[in-house]
Formats: sequence, structure tokens, C-alpha cells
Amino acid sequence: MTEVEWIGTAIVSARPKGVAALLRYFRDLDTAEEAFQDACLRALRTWPEKGPPRDPAAWLVFVGRNFAVDSARRRRKEEPLPDEELLADVDDAEVALVERLDSADYRDDIVRLLFICCHPDLPATQQVALALRIVSGLSVKQIARAFLVTESAMEQRITRAKSRVAAAGVPFETPGAAERSQRLAAVAAMIYLVFNEGYSAGADAQEARAPFCDEAIRLARLLLVLYPSEPEIMGLLALMLLQHSRAIARFDANGSLVLLEEQDRSRWDRALIEEGLALIDKALRHRQPGPYQVQSAIAALHARAARAADTDWNEIDQLYATLERMQPSPVVTLNRAVAVSKLRGASEALAMIEPLAAKLDGYFYFHGVKGALLEQLGRIAEAREAFNQAIAIAQSAHEAAHIRRHLDQLSPDRHGEMTCVS
Amino acid sequence: MLYTVLCYNNENAVFSWTKEQDDAVMAKLNVVHERLRKEKKLGPSARLMPTTAATTLRKDSDPPLVMDGPFAETKEQLLGFYVIDCASLEEALGIVRELAKANPGGAYEVRPVRFFHPGSGVQ
Repeated sequence: MTEVEWIGTAIVSARPKGVAALLRYFRDLDTAEEAFQDACLRALRTWPEKGPPRDPAAWLVFVGRNFAVDSARRRRKEEPLPDEELLADVDDAEVALVERLDSADYRDDIVRLLFICCHPDLPATQQVALALRIVSGLSVKQIARAFLVTESAMEQRITRAKSRVAAAGVPFETPGAAERSQRLAAVAAMIYLVFNEGYSAGADAQEARAPFCDEAIRLARLLLVLYPSEPEIMGLLALMLLQHSRAIARFDANGSLVLLEEQDRSRWDRALIEEGLALIDKALRHRQPGPYQVQSAIAALHARAARAADTDWNEIDQLYATLERMQPSPVVTLNRAVAVSKLRGASEALAMIEPLAAKLDGYFYFHGVKGALLEQLGRIAEAREAFNQAIAIAQSAHEAAHIRRHLDQLSPDRHGEMTCVS
Repeated sequence: MLYTVLCYNNENAVFSWTKEQDDAVMAKLNVVHERLRKEKKLGPSARLMPTTAATTLRKDSDPPLVMDGPFAETKEQLLGFYVIDCASLEEALGIVRELAKANPGGAYEVRPVRFFHPGSGVQ
């Protein structure tokens, strides 16, 4: 890695902390973003000469704050800007002083910044777009490409989301314990949303959305540094690491989805799996189970199975049952049915999912799983009908292609393989 | 003399590297590792997971307190270590300078080893 590249990564990784601290200072998102941007430009000029500072985030906050104050003053009094030399002399001692003043606030700052993006008035995709733009610093162009809209449409969406957030008022007072944990839960959900926007993208959108998963993982790591003893944040991070470990095995050379059971497990990223397992281990010690921990435990059972046939479906069934109690949802029951079909056969699984038909009629995977179960039971005509239904509501070409492959293989004497949702 | 090289860096930045960047750094480091291995100067070495995966046992209370996270919150985190066998501090610093070229940012702390146990051949 070159020095310039190193500086680039240092700036990118300092962004959440930097913008969050500047937001507290200026209490205005646009000013905070602008100040951070200006500080970054300064950094690109001064760091290569002087070497990057020990704490890039503190440096950027310090310089961004001064710069914005100066430019406000300049607008008022037409004072000249501080010259570059002066800024280049910002030394670690000075920065350390500011940092010491702030370090206690960083936690709330960052959660606040993330919390702004998950305002309940904002639809999910806007939350994701706003977080990627403000917190992660992805360009509007990048985000627009990922959501398959024009740059100006995305620009408009983000501007609208920002003014909505501004109108709602940003809570700047230090939150109480109950409010803090509510914020944390909302932020965790938003981070998982960012991850899923990346994870659920088809091969066609993979390239544009691949950074989403990395960003979500980075944000969860950041959150866990701030709240090191939150088992649900450990669970969230573990869940994303375990799912992301399969990223390159999930698509074949043609870009079609490869089912969990058919994936080449040697292509799974062991480093991510090991980190995920370590986090689950840590979380369990707290004996405060929650939905992210349970989901990560399910993902871990898949990760631990050397071959698909070694999967501990019994344990997975029980974990889904726990998840059903914590977070009742037809989608969870659908997932559980897959485990049940492995344990006790397709007809029991089918009986479990039939009552979900009304609620999940518009859900692609429901018809996919139903089709596969019917196929296993030899009810081919009904299976074909379910698969056709799945294709009709598929959100992307790769989903449709996957089912079509299934459909092509249907023949009266061939017993189908199970579709696994996770 | 055996020296431990403790590798500190900003984990935020290091764990933000893309796979390509990470691979590129490792490839450069491996050139140095390979040479050290050939010269029989390389002892055990490890790259650590981020501090979010760490657990700390505080011994200053009785019973000791188990806490999530690293021992101390620092600007740069301990992200790995090497044990190297060198004739002098100068030689050790020479090696560390090479490592630094391959992996900029952060710091290497070079500390002579007082007691060394080769371990039980853990792989």
C-alpha cells in the first residue's frame, strides 16, 4: 500500500467519528459535512509531507472545526484565511488536548449521527442512502449506481431525507440510559439494513453494492468499540461476518445464486468466520440472548459444518423456535420449516408453512420453498405452480434464473432438492 | 538475542482495508518474512483479530474481573507480533524498518525477550 492509499483509508475510517464530533459542535449536518470535507482536503495536502497524525480523527475534527469557524468569520468580516503553514503546524499535543475534551462525548456523538439516519419517518432505502452518504462518505454517484437511479435523483432523495431529518430536530442533549439503548437498537437495525442491501443484491448489482457489506461491518465494529459489552452488537457483527464470509461462494461464474448447500465451502472466508465465532463466544457469556445473537448462532452452525450434510439441523430448528418466540414473524417460521423438512420430512414442513400463505403471498422465497417441498413430495404440478409464482414476483434476474433452473429440472420421477433461504 | 516486535496500528484503518489492499500489504510483508525464515531468524508470529474480539481479565480485583474489549483504549492497537532472533538492536531495527516500508502507519515496539518458551508446537 502506498502512503497516499494509507492516507485515504485513514481518512475514510476517521469519517464517522469526525463528522459526528463536528455535528455536535455545529449542530448542523451540512456544516459538519462541509467542515469535514475541508479538513480532508487539508489532510491530503499536509499529511504526505508531515506524515499522518497519530489520531487522524482528532486531527480532522480540530482542523475542520477551526476551518469552519474561520470561514464563518471570513464571511462576516472578510478576514483572510489562516495560511497553510499555520495549519501544517497543528501538532499531536494540540490535537490531543481537543481529543481529551471530546473523548467522553464521542460515543454519544457517533450514535447520534447514526441515529439521525434511522429516523422513523424515513423509508428504509432512504435510511440506507443517508447513512452511506453521511456516515460512510460514499459518493452520491456510488450510491445512485447501487440503487440503479440517476445521480440527480439520488441527490434529490438525500437532500429530501436531510431536510426531513433537520425538520424533525436532532436530539443533542445527552441521552438517558433507556433512550440510549433505544437508539442503539435502532442504529443496529439500520446497520443490518445497510448490510442486507449489499448482501441481497444480485450478481448484476454485486459490484456496485459490495461496499455496503464492508461498510455495515465497519460501522458495527465501531459501535462495538464504543459499547464493548453489548451482546446484541456482538451478535449483529458476528451475524454479518458469518454471512459475508460466504460472499464469493454465493454466485457461480454466470452470476446465478448458489444455494448454501451447494456452495464450495473451501471458498468461505475463514478469517471472517473465526472472528464471528469468537464474538458469539463472547456474547454468550452475558446470558442476555437476543435476536441478533440467535441469528448469528444459526449462521455459525452453517459455518461450522464442513459439508452441507454435517449441518446440525436439530440445533438450527431449536434456534429458530427461540427466534420465533423473541420475534414472531412468518419469515422466521418459513426458515424454521426448512430445518424441519430436513429433520422430519417435507410434509411436516409444508403443513407449517401453509398457514403463512396469506401473509407471505408476495414473498419470493415463500413460493420457492413451497415449490421445493411439493417437489420433494412428488406433487409436481403444484410444485410447478409455486415456482411459476416465485418467478412472477422475483425482484431480480438472478432470483428468477435460480427458480427457472429448478423448474427446468422438474420431472415426474426426480425428487428435488431443498431450497435454503439463509 | 531474541526480540519481540509488537505491531501497533490504528485498527479502524487497518480493518477498513479492502481485500486487495490487505493482500497487497501481506504480499509485501511476506517477502520480508520469507527472508527471515531462510536466515532462521523468525520465531513465532501472529496477526490478531480486532480489539472488539478481545476479552480482558483484570487481576486487580478479587476474584478477577472479566471485561469485554482490550486492556486499554489507545490510539493505536496491538494488532500482531513477531519474535525475531538478532545479533543486535541495530539488526532488529533494520528488520523493523523493512517491515515498516511494507506496512506504513502505526508503530513497531521492539522489546528484548527475557524468557522464551518455544511452546508445544501449536499450529
